[in-house]
Amino acid sequence: MMIDQATWQEAAADLASGASVFVALWAEPAGDGCVVHLAGRPRGSGDVGVLSLMAHDRHFPSIALHHPGAILMERALCDLHGLIADDTPDPRAWLDHTAAYAFKPAIGPGIHQIPVGPVHAGIIEPGHFRFSVNGETIVRLEARLGYAHKGTIGLMRGQTIGHAAKLAGRISGDSTVAYAYAFACAVERALGIVVPPRAAALRGIMAELERLANHFGDIGAICNDGGFPLMNALTAALRERVLRLSAACFGHRLMMDRIIPGGVEADLTEAAAALIRTTLADLLTQWGRLSELYEKTASLQDRMVTSGRLDPAIARRLGCGGYVGRASGQDFDARRDAPYQPYDTCRFTVPGVSAGDVDARIQIRMAELDQSISLIRDLLATLPTGPLRAALPDTPITTGHALVEGFRGDIFAHVRLRDGLVEAAMLRDPSWFFWPALETAIEGNIVADFPLCNKSFNPSYSGCDL
Amino acid sequence: MRRTLIESLFRGKLTEPAPRVGEAEPMALLTELGETARGRLGRSLAIRELDAGSCNGCELEITALGNAFHDLERFGLKFVASPRHADVLMITGPLTRNMLEAMRSAYEAMAAPKFVIAVGDCACTGGVFAGSPACIGAAAQILDVDLRIPGCPPDPVTLLKGLIGFANALASAPTHRSTQS
Repeated sequence: MMIDQATWQEAAADLASGASVFVALWAEPAGDGCVVHLAGRPRGSGDVGVLSLMAHDRHFPSIALHHPGAILMERALCDLHGLIADDTPDPRAWLDHTAAYAFKPAIGPGIHQIPVGPVHAGIIEPGHFRFSVNGETIVRLEARLGYAHKGTIGLMRGQTIGHAAKLAGRISGDSTVAYAYAFACAVERALGIVVPPRAAALRGIMAELERLANHFGDIGAICNDGGFPLMNALTAALRERVLRLSAACFGHRLMMDRIIPGGVEADLTEAAAALIRTTLADLLTQWGRLSELYEKTASLQDRMVTSGRLDPAIARRLGCGGYVGRASGQDFDARRDAPYQPYDTCRFTVPGVSAGDVDARIQIRMAELDQSISLIRDLLATLPTGPLRAALPDTPITTGHALVEGFRGDIFAHVRLRDGLVEAAMLRDPSWFFWPALETAIEGNIVADFPLCNKSFNPSYSGCDL
Repeated sequence: MRRTLIESLFRGKLTEPAPRVGEAEPMALLTELGETARGRLGRSLAIRELDAGSCNGCELEITALGNAFHDLERFGLKFVASPRHADVLMITGPLTRNMLEAMRSAYEAMAAPKFVIAVGDCACTGGVFAGSPACIGAAAQILDVDLRIPGCPPDPVTLLKGLIGFANALASAPTHRSTQS
């Protein structure tokens, strides 16, 4: 909806007061200017609204001035479109690495800096961390990203829906199912179509398998960074079994390109469904022992409990979703609060704690593992028969958006279609709010605990570098 | 923990036999290698993985090479933390402009003889990101690539086949190859 500057300012005030939750900020060229879009939702609701403002002379009133959670997105869209956010608190470039960059200072006796990245010691994504430390203690962390900036959103413009869906599925590889899902839902809402019940159920099964694989892998990796590699060796085997199960059932270990606008690409045979049932039963038995191992290992608990605490007030302010938000007192899950097929008819509970530390984020993930297994079982038990796809009608111009719960949290997707092509799109990763949350949570922790804290947030780099 | 450890002792291995590396594998293997390379590397390869802007899909599968099912270290293959320790630079992603300098620095930091392996469709050809103004595309645009392992992402067995084949080719290379500086 096109609005004027006064309404834009009212929306910013609602974000600042906490009445609404920031979802995304993006822009697209329009004539000799740009249209800036702001997505938000009322607190406690998944009902996302989008406001659009014409940025004359490439200027628009800063949202970040009122709501710091929008800083990174404001910086990114300034780089992408040459837009100027008037009075923004942080005008530094973000994706444009040709611009000079000054890290935020930390001044005091004995404070020095440790630069890390963009090439890290492990097999992970590229990013740069600048630690300001006093002895062992971190007094400030600034993450600088943009190294994985591929121009993905720009590449989607003018493409067919099918090709844009492939690009969406490669915004963050570990969430490829969730991204394809979110993009597909946005397209389907734009076109006013409902996917067949069997396709909807299969989507839910794939999304929960993806959640399982990531939670298994990450819980082990966090423990590994906490000096307990045994847990990692055992959970990595569980993750591998989920990936093999996914390949056996849907033909791809990460299930890339299996969810498509209109439905799904792959069907599930009766034999594959039986394989899921038996594998899940076995995984559940093994996982039960590992969660006990986690709970009862004092050396591990010593590293996890109280480390990297994210204050619930900050989680609320930033609008953190997923296991990060739910570990810091935020009760939001798109599967429940912005219901979409098949979750609108599923029974599940959303776990929540408020300790906000590394242990709390692991607790949430452990609870979600159990939920995912039970959701997959329920979906298999009631798996409908029928077609896998609905046809996509031709329409001159339509827009749609969706909120889908990936393993990290809610992914927002927005599309505008014109004559069967994608005219504009936006996909927002939960990590946009995890990065600033991590920067605050790490303060006062020691450098040696950074990998463990970072992994417990596990923000995506590629997902934000777009 | 005791129970977990004891059970692990008696459960038997998860590790599986090595994949067969056939002649039909889609690999552009090097033909000439220096005596030095052969003498120094023998049948072991130290790999520095470098994400040049991937979506992280390739990294997930490369990480899976280290799990108990694949256990790549039994083949003399290992991932190292610094390019200074590495024989091989393994590149993923469509080489973003923002990673160009970091990739060059990492390559320059390696001691000769050194090799480059492009993993995944993006590093091999630019993949779905080919043509993006933010990306340079295939790693071969900037560095001499010795081996390409395509896939989106390649699964761990495909990766193992490529890497074992590469290590075998290195170990049995008959003639000289000029070392790259």
